[in-house]
Amino acid sequence: MISVGHYLAVSAVLFTLGVLGIFINRKNIIVILMAIELILLAVNINLVAFSAALNDLVGQVFSMFVLTVAAGEAAIGLAILVIYFRGRGTIAVDDANRMKG
Amino acid sequence: MSADLALIWPELILTIGGLITLMLGTFMGDRQVGIYQLSALLTLAAAAAAVVALFGVEATVFSGTLSVDSFGGFAKLLIYAASFVCIVIAPRFFSGGMRAEYPTLILFAALGMGIMASARDLMTLYVGLELNSLAAYVLASFMRTDERSSEAGLKYFVLGALASGMLLYGISLLYGFSGTTDFAGIAKVMGGELNIGLIFGIVFVLAGLGFKISAVPFHMWTPDVYEGAPTPVTTFFATAPKVAAMALMTRVVIDAMGPAVGAWQQIVIFLALASIILGAVGAIGQKNIKRLLAYSSINNVGFMLVGLAAGTQQGVEGVLTYLLVYMLTTLGAFLVVLRLRDADGNQVESIAAMAGLSQRRPGLAAAMAVFLFSLAGIPPLFGFWPKYLVFEAAVNANLVPLAVAGIVASVIGAFYYIAIIKTMYFDDKSETEFSGGGAIVEDAVITASALWLSVIGYLFIPVLAVLSASAAAVLF
Repeated sequence: MISVGHYLAVSAVLFTLGVLGIFINRKNIIVILMAIELILLAVNINLVAFSAALNDLVGQVFSMFVLTVAAGEAAIGLAILVIYFRGRGTIAVDDANRMKG
Repeated sequence: MSADLALIWPELILTIGGLITLMLGTFMGDRQVGIYQLSALLTLAAAAAAVVALFGVEATVFSGTLSVDSFGGFAKLLIYAASFVCIVIAPRFFSGGMRAEYPTLILFAALGMGIMASARDLMTLYVGLELNSLAAYVLASFMRTDERSSEAGLKYFVLGALASGMLLYGISLLYGFSGTTDFAGIAKVMGGELNIGLIFGIVFVLAGLGFKISAVPFHMWTPDVYEGAPTPVTTFFATAPKVAAMALMTRVVIDAMGPAVGAWQQIVIFLALASIILGAVGAIGQKNIKRLLAYSSINNVGFMLVGLAAGTQQGVEGVLTYLLVYMLTTLGAFLVVLRLRDADGNQVESIAAMAGLSQRRPGLAAAMAVFLFSLAGIPPLFGFWPKYLVFEAAVNANLVPLAVAGIVASVIGAFYYIAIIKTMYFDDKSETEFSGGGAIVEDAVITASALWLSVIGYLFIPVLAVLSASAAAVLF
């Protein structure tokens, strides 16, 4: 029998992978966008698992909100990435260093 | 339902006004600056009027997800005022490049911030926060051909999205372990025994909110974004979203986590001390005035958190007064930065170029000196008063070590503010010739806030006390 604990463990692993993906990745900003999606999906697993366990619909409604906002977020992120690429001709993380201090 | 709609007039006005502004920009073209700017300003004024009309009403709407109260009203008035100024000053800065998206995005951000300030459910909290953040990411990269602006937008987006992810993870844990997303319901569960899930939830939610108010150790985006974003946008970031996020954090901490004092208080104390100290130390040696003001805002957020750490009504009153005074001071300081243009009309951002400003532009230098002394909290100026209030609240809540550490660190902070004043008044004139004149609105706002902060502010203490007390009382 799969319990809430199992879902929580999976989502904790996904969340950690997402955070590591942002901090360890030194190559490509697209990968960072993917890591952000991973974090949001980990949250969704949590919400839906809790919703089922608590027998309460709010968690599933919330996960719908998260999905919608995540779509908007990805669209804006990619748009900013495009103008950034136009100006600089690169999307390597280490090159984002016009400002330091 | 229709009774609920009557109570959210400010939000309705902003939504409709934002859409109208967007349509005006689309159909009349970006060149008709006066028209869409007027529409945005009227919208904000109408929304503020609606907030004033609703003052004193205490109600919850939409199944308890939003709260209409004077705490939210106070925060919304500050937010709308800051947004108003940021729209007024924009056309001069962008000169030919002003586009209708700018006022539209500010209106939608203001709408999101209003929702943040009155959220009393995790779901509205998240939606309000994201509405504000998504608009802010675009605003940061508004000058799309400028490399620094697009880099600022990119950094803000990545770190902001990470922050929302952490906040959401915390929210999902709070929901799962308390069984509800309602602040009052969560507070009931917090009153009992805390399990590990709830504690993790508290930590993640506070970390996510810490990002939004740029508290140390979640501040690393602030200097870069403040420096890279166009100056009117930086002015906006330093004022309105700070007010909204701080109001939201106060409501979450007091309303939802209130009974679990032991769990959140030490986190808030840590955030406060770290922000005060790092804000002061990090500013030393900065060469760009916008970057320096970013550290100054980190430093000031630390002082607000001191008031919040007290967790008492007096502390919240201190936070609200602090927000008002901080907003006015920061608006003034950024407007002065905005007024610094060299002979070719380019923005001057380096501190070295401000050397001898007192001889070239005595008025601006004097106003800047008032703002910096006020940010440092040096007594005759009004910036001292809110600092006094938050420390008094901390001492009354038996947080004497926190208050002492904060006061010591504020002395370090005074160093770099005074260093700029020395540069402006006592250093030899720099090569930079400043062009000037023709910015009547900016000058009026600078003069008004400098005068208010100098001594006149003290006359308003009774009014401020009544306002902040009635707003803070909502949470207790």
